[in-house]
Amino acid sequence: MSPGPVLQLKDGCAVLSGTWTLAALVPRLAVLQGDLAAAAAGAASWDLTAVSHLDSAAATLLWRTWGGAHPASLAASEAQRHILDRVAALPPEAPPPVRPRRSPVTLLGRVVLRILHNLYGLVALFGQLLLDGLHLARHPGEIPWKEFSANLYKAGAQALPVSALVGFLIGITISYLSALQLKTFGADLFIVNILGISIIRELGPVLVAVLVAGRSGSAMTAQIGVMRVTEEIDALATMGISRTVRIILPKVVALTLAMPLLVLWTSAVALVGGMAAAYLQLDLSPGYFIDTLPRAVPVANLVIGLAKGAVFGFAIALVACHFGLHVRPNTESLSAYTTTAVVTAITTVIVVDALFAVFTRQVGMPQL
Amino acid sequence: MNAPVPAIAMRGVWTRYKETVIHKDLDLTVAPGDVLGLVGGSGSGKTTLLREMLGLLRPARGTIELFGQDLDDPDPLAQRAVRRRLGMLFQHGALFSALSVFDNIAFPLRELKCLDEAWIRQLVHLKLAMVELEPRHGRLMPAELSGGMVKRVALARAIALEPELLLLDEPTAGLDPDRSDNFVRLIKQLQRELGFSVVMVTHDLDTLAGLSNKVAVLADQHIVASGPLLDIMSVDHPFIRNFFCCERGLAALQQAHN
Ligand SMILES: Nc1ncnc2c1ncn2[C@@H]1O[C@H](COP(=O)(O)OP(=O)(O)OP(=O)(O)O)[C@@H](O)[C@H]1O
Ligand SMILES: [Mg+2]
Repeated sequence: MSPGPVLQLKDGCAVLSGTWTLAALVPRLAVLQGDLAAAAAGAASWDLTAVSHLDSAAATLLWRTWGGAHPASLAASEAQRHILDRVAALPPEAPPPVRPRRSPVTLLGRVVLRILHNLYGLVALFGQLLLDGLHLARHPGEIPWKEFSANLYKAGAQALPVSALVGFLIGITISYLSALQLKTFGADLFIVNILGISIIRELGPVLVAVLVAGRSGSAMTAQIGVMRVTEEIDALATMGISRTVRIILPKVVALTLAMPLLVLWTSAVALVGGMAAAYLQLDLSPGYFIDTLPRAVPVANLVIGLAKGAVFGFAIALVACHFGLHVRPNTESLSAYTTTAVVTAITTVIVVDALFAVFTRQVGMPQL
Repeated sequence: MNAPVPAIAMRGVWTRYKETVIHKDLDLTVAPGDVLGLVGGSGSGKTTLLREMLGLLRPARGTIELFGQDLDDPDPLAQRAVRRRLGMLFQHGALFSALSVFDNIAFPLRELKCLDEAWIRQLVHLKLAMVELEPRHGRLMPAELSGGMVKRVALARAIALEPELLLLDEPTAGLDPDRSDNFVRLIKQLQRELGFSVVMVTHDLDTLAGLSNKVAVLADQHIVASGPLLDIMSVDHPFIRNFFCCERGLAALQQAHN
């Protein structure tokens, strides 16, 4: 190994020797910086001729030690002078631009504007999809069947196991908790009403929506986002293929169609779970459960549940695609937008659910 | 004095991706201070070879030593120490897309964890100036750069730590001829000042003739010839004949000598 950087003071002259490179400097930087500062204060002349390697990191260090100017007398080789000159030639640093402090009002305004901007984007995307739908109705040959069925499979069929598992467990939990309460009132038989209405009308759709937003929504945003980062979307556009028809429409339609089916499936499994728990807890026979269900839960509830499913699916896909299309080409933005997409999708689902609750409050309640 | 430790020593290296054999019993040595131009057809495994030198890829068989240090050494500290001695310019830049140009170059410097921010700023601006970029370019994000600028920023990042070994994957592809000449001049100058070794993959004869003092030809899954450019050109091998196909090669050589 070559010797590291050495600094000696010889009657008013700072003599440097050894290798002055970043790798050699780093291990003893603190000591060296102190020595250099002391030398700069005491020595008027500097001798670099014994230095075997001088790199630009060391040159900057020296330059900083000298306070940004050549020392009164400097002995250095041609190459070393060249390196130092390069450091000297750097333009004086412009002060970093000061960021104006933002008042809370401006920040709030920004948030509101961003929300409006996103709303506008969502409406515009929706309009584009409608136009694409009209276009496809007139040119049925261009309908992207393959993408549609692939999305249906990915977002629908592959979500069956996990939604069944979650539904089953939720069914058991609710049934078990309700049973404990009902028992104290002796109102055991109402378990069917409670489970039926809550699961079919409310829990099933919302549960599936949350699952699907996390599962398919994030996947859609990430996929479209990466396609933007790698310029695949631009490549599609160059071939004259509409990105909305080929990428977004199949996703939105597939999820709108798959969600009601998933809701039906999950609600059914949740009811089975509830039925099992009711049997174990209250000794309510499954036969009685199935018999009573249609009377306790008017069919309008099922319609509402399925309609919710379709609307939720549409909203999730639309939100996910919208954010995917706005990912900026860097990894940070990709992760930020995926997070935003999922959060926004779930929030939208809850808001829409509340609207459903308000507008359908007179529909589907059993007459007792 | 004993012979200096070679910067890179690859011995009997075999590489395969699944069934496909990319390198078969390949030997390559780079002496300190050498500027080695690595040429070979597209898809012949040049990038793969560089990745093996970096330790990003393990060869199926054979050994690779950097500065006498075996890359299979399990000690993570030794691994990091040897990695810090080399800089790599990736074929497609491989800039961190979430960081600005400035932060990309500052990143390896900050990782040293002992330089103060003012020093780092000065060093970054120095590197930017070396690759002919202006300080204001430091605020751009990688996605906002042109292809040639990506190359230059990547080079600035590769030389940020003042490496002893620089690996360049097609450094001048995508640069205009003027920039590419300047690039050759810059590397040459740095190489003279710092005496580092360079391994450079290139398809550009001007760069090859202007910069390298040795050439290695990768064909038929191993190094078929290695030595000074003039010696290589007289080797009788179909790839070499095609690559330097007389007039083209001679013209470039003429240029370099003038
Ligand atoms: N991750 C991988 N998996 C499988 N095969 C690979 C992988 N990476 C590279 N290859 C194959 O290895 C071969 C060599 O690739 P490499 O990128 O090293 O070529 P190259 O010599 O750098 O070519 P170019 O000059 O075009 O950059 C190619 O045939 C490629 O298909
Ligand atoms: Mg390559």
